[in-house]
Amino acid sequence: MSFLEIQRLAKVWPGPGGQSDTVVFENVNFAVEKGEFVCIIGHSGCGKTTILNVIAGLDQPTSGVVIMDGREIAAPSLDRGVVFQGHALMPWLTVMKNIAFGVRSRWPEWSADKVRSHCQTFIDLVGLSGAEHKKPAELSGGMKQRVGIARAFAIQPKMLLLDEPFGALDALTRGTIQDELLKIVQATHQTVFMITHDVDEAILLADKIILMSNGPRAVIAEIVANTLPRDRTRHTIFHEPHYYKARNHLVDFLVNRSKLYQRGDALEGYDPLAPPVIRPGIDPSRLAAAVVQLAPVPTPAPTTERRHAP
Amino acid sequence: MTESLRAAALSLFFLALIVGAWHLATLPKETAAAAANDEYAKLMGKGAKKSDGFPTPVQVGEAIVKNLSQPFYDNGPNDKGIGIQLAYSLGRVGAGYLIACLVAIPLGFLIGMSPLLYKALDPFIQVLKPISPLAWMPLALYTIKDSSISGIFVIFICSVWPMLINTAYGVGAVRRDWLNVARTLEVKSIRRAFQVILPAAAPTILTGMRISIGIAWLVIVAAEMLVGGTGIGYFVWNEWNNLNLTNVLFAILMIGVVGMILDFVFARFQKLVTYVE
Repeated sequence: MSFLEIQRLAKVWPGPGGQSDTVVFENVNFAVEKGEFVCIIGHSGCGKTTILNVIAGLDQPTSGVVIMDGREIAAPSLDRGVVFQGHALMPWLTVMKNIAFGVRSRWPEWSADKVRSHCQTFIDLVGLSGAEHKKPAELSGGMKQRVGIARAFAIQPKMLLLDEPFGALDALTRGTIQDELLKIVQATHQTVFMITHDVDEAILLADKIILMSNGPRAVIAEIVANTLPRDRTRHTIFHEPHYYKARNHLVDFLVNRSKLYQRGDALEGYDPLAPPVIRPGIDPSRLAAAVVQLAPVPTPAPTTERRHAP
Repeated sequence: MTESLRAAALSLFFLALIVGAWHLATLPKETAAAAANDEYAKLMGKGAKKSDGFPTPVQVGEAIVKNLSQPFYDNGPNDKGIGIQLAYSLGRVGAGYLIACLVAIPLGFLIGMSPLLYKALDPFIQVLKPISPLAWMPLALYTIKDSSISGIFVIFICSVWPMLINTAYGVGAVRRDWLNVARTLEVKSIRRAFQVILPAAAPTILTGMRISIGIAWLVIVAAEMLVGGTGIGYFVWNEWNNLNLTNVLFAILMIGVVGMILDFVFARFQKLVTYVE
């Protein structure tokens, strides 16, 4: 059994006033191994954040279960650290106190000194030394997100959940923080589940990239294994032989193929419960097969939409 | 010259303008009648040295100096120093306001946390809120049978609504993100209330408290005019009965100054708990 197992997860929003229900996603099945970095990519509205919130315990699925370490997830827990999209720092607390807030919950018996030195370690780790006593309003967007990451790391959770943590940052800052995150994760062997919109970010960080089809009725279309060596950095990935194959595969999915899955019957041999695992550049036959399998769907987009009209 | 210095200079200029206009408007007028018939004028109280008309700035100035040089004298029920009268009023406002805080803030917390309770109590709040606090006075006097405590009750009833509504709103509007952070960190509910919800809602709660103290200070004057005995409101009423408009003007000035100080203190508190997002 894997460290984290997501089994037949589905989320349905009841339609307002007798209208038909909206299935956001269904038959979502995947696993995350210990120490694995998993990214999930998909267009807005495919339910990525809902999946993350279900794993965090903040949201309840309509059906299906999430099992971590052999136990079903029913409520939020200190075992899973969450980095929120909008950093969610408490603006009335300093950087140090924001991080200490979590540390005190995790180890209520610790002395003030021990809490402080523990927090300091993580402040240093994300490169915020010197900003300990600043309030979030005095920090730049990138620094705030670093505090969010430090807060999640500082409780030393079994797993880290990141909801598009770098979405609001400029490209330069994003790059720097990605490098730092990669360094920390490689050093601590943290298990990570992360939502992103950025294909390059996914290739840089993830061991495994889950591709979600468009919602409503989103499913996991494919799972792409990262074929680049694990010691990759932001500056070296472009020279890796498989980089462009992986990138093209992901972009092609987002642009062309992600909208094909709403018609469950259009894809022969496709099983949402066991989506194909694709390793760009390594086994071209499977990739080709997958593409061949997915490409010749003659359905124009309007038909797809009409199917779901009330 | 800095902006605030210029503003201060302009304020002084306006003050001079107002006092000047006041001075001109209250200059003693030698009426024709007074000149023609001294005896008649004397009978009518005109032409006499002491004018019974609207007090002049100089008279009010004298009253300010006189009253403030001896603020705490006590010559019996109808002749007490302004300091004692203000202390009575502030005491009533303080007591009524404190009770209102003790009721409104915890209740507002509950209402803000529970949408069900919010909906259930909303009609009561909406009906009770617009009632003039003085309308409660007869009921208070009848049931409590003590004029001073009735005054405190009136202060309570008028300060409770802004605090209750603002607390409920502030607590209900705490950002979901912060509550989610608390949930993922398994923060217990007491700690969540005091370390997440309270600081998050504090600026809104303090705004309600600041509105309340303003209203309470407005209402105490009217309430004390009704119940009598002591306090700045009674002082105003008493001086009106003495036809001493100079002292009435002086009291009005004091009411304004104390109100300003109260607001200033609460503005300071508000600044303390306000955070920048």
